[in-house]
Amino acid sequence: MTTSNRGFNPNEVRQAKGVGSRIYIQFMRMLKKNPNMIIGLVILILFTTLTIFAEFLVKYDPTAIEPIDRFMPPGAKHWFGSDVVGRDVYARVIYGGRVSLLVGFMVATFVTVAGLFIGLVSGYTPKLDIVIQRIMDAIMSFPTLLLALALIAMLGGSVWNVIAVITIVDTPRMVRIVRSAVLSVREQQYIDAARGIGAPVSRILFNHIAPNTMAPVIVQATYFFAAAILTEASLSFLGLGIPPEDPSWGNILSLGRKYLQQAFWIAFFPGLVLTINVLAMNLVGDGLRDALDPKLSRSV
Amino acid sequence: MGKYIARRTLLVIPVLFIVSIITFSIMQLAPGDPAAIVLGGDYIMYATAEEIEEIRENMGINRPPIEQYLSWLGGFFVGELGKSLFTTESVSLLVSQKIEATISTVLSGITIAVVLGVPMGILAGWKMNTWIDRSVMVFAVLGFAIPGFWLAFNLIFVFSLKLGWFPVFGFRSLMTDGPIEFLRYITLPGITLGVAFMALIARMTRSSLVEVLSEDYIRTARAKGLSERIVLIRHALRAASMPVVTVIGLVFAAAVTGTVITETVFAIPGMGRMFVKAVGDRDFPVIQGLMMIFATSYVFVNLLVDILYAYLDPRVRYS
Repeated sequence: MTTSNRGFNPNEVRQAKGVGSRIYIQFMRMLKKNPNMIIGLVILILFTTLTIFAEFLVKYDPTAIEPIDRFMPPGAKHWFGSDVVGRDVYARVIYGGRVSLLVGFMVATFVTVAGLFIGLVSGYTPKLDIVIQRIMDAIMSFPTLLLALALIAMLGGSVWNVIAVITIVDTPRMVRIVRSAVLSVREQQYIDAARGIGAPVSRILFNHIAPNTMAPVIVQATYFFAAAILTEASLSFLGLGIPPEDPSWGNILSLGRKYLQQAFWIAFFPGLVLTINVLAMNLVGDGLRDALDPKLSRSV
Repeated sequence: MGKYIARRTLLVIPVLFIVSIITFSIMQLAPGDPAAIVLGGDYIMYATAEEIEEIRENMGINRPPIEQYLSWLGGFFVGELGKSLFTTESVSLLVSQKIEATISTVLSGITIAVVLGVPMGILAGWKMNTWIDRSVMVFAVLGFAIPGFWLAFNLIFVFSLKLGWFPVFGFRSLMTDGPIEFLRYITLPGITLGVAFMALIARMTRSSLVEVLSEDYIRTARAKGLSERIVLIRHALRAASMPVVTVIGLVFAAAVTGTVITETVFAIPGMGRMFVKAVGDRDFPVIQGLMMIFATSYVFVNLLVDILYAYLDPRVRYS
């Protein structure tokens, strides 16, 4: 977070390209300089493992109803307490993490692919650029959650619709980042050289320009991962995202808000886990930014 | 400057045009017959063909889409945004009833964010790499990660349910209920909405101040013996305020998103809550109208921010 934590210097990175062990050394050096990133990575790895192997690690079924255990406070039996029909909140939070991580991962992937493609084309061809940029501006004029909600009204709520909707909403922001990277790379001499030897546009775009836009793209992808999880939780919280049958952090919270007075834990724990995960992703993103993209770390 | 303003303003037209097409198409592409929504889903089976036709006629949805689009867009220019499918009240009337609550929420959120965020950022940037700096930054990272609805629950739980300082939910108007009642009701929603922006503004202020403080002219100012306070206030802060201006523009857009959540949690009768309800009811004219209002105001706020930016920094005008 401090501007002095720049990680490795760009010349070293260039030398390390293609050499596996050197990249590993660089990575370790980056972690050492940025302890916050280690915290973030550890949290994410732990939590991802927990959700993937939930069947073996969590003793309760997230949908099993146990009326006798209704509104049990957090304790030895139910770590995070139990909800209005006696379901184990801990199990629900862990299983809910599956949905959230899936949404975050998929959105980050789709946004990166779509953003790279549109951004490269837009940045490299001025004629298309004018049209594409106006469309992107228009999409970005809608507040994110509002556009997502309107699209959900059109498509209906399901995990894949939520992923599609958040992707549509976030892609223009990635396009803008790719485009500005392309604009600065486009005028470099090696691009002229490639053009001079008659390289086709597709090769110039994907082999020469794209790799040089990767640093900001990777950094932004981690932020989109975190933001997508927050947006998914907001949509589900409003009852318009993931259908209520599947536990997701937003759903559990939304249910818990009715019982804030008698059982605060139903809403408290999913929110806490959500916050910790988003925080971890932001720490990883900040670390990557300081390491890969010193220019950005100065601006925010 | 005039040329820049003209060029920048002209750009608004195509953007708003595309905004209107997107808004209109989303609602056209939505599955389900609006007449069925009005009749309440299953009831359409019992309605006669003439009745359905009459409803569609009244709503104007039996005309070709292009015609519908043009009349809808025409209406937007004269402030007529169609009628709610359910209450049959005009959308503009509904909005005029809700706008006060939304503006109050957004302004209180932004006020809290600016009043606390800017000094925090200045302090952190000025005392860079001290414990003050680090705690401000920890707070800034946290503020980004906490989802508004969860923060709201915690605030309600502690300050309303346990301590009883603030009401659990609701809204009081500044005009009719007086400032004390207004503040009692708006404080928690304002904090909920403001914390993330406070974090953003603090971070932005800090980093731009850090950058400015390393400039040569700051060293010169210090070298000629100016007090630290004068260096900070007269030289550094002025230059460092530029990025903060941009952030205020960003914050506005984000605040509108925030009101959707904040108004829902605190049951504030504003436009964000109205939007959520409209989406739940599939009340398309209301959704369309609100989307156009939000997008248009965003476009114009950004226009203002850009012009302000160009005014503050002449380099922008010529790029």
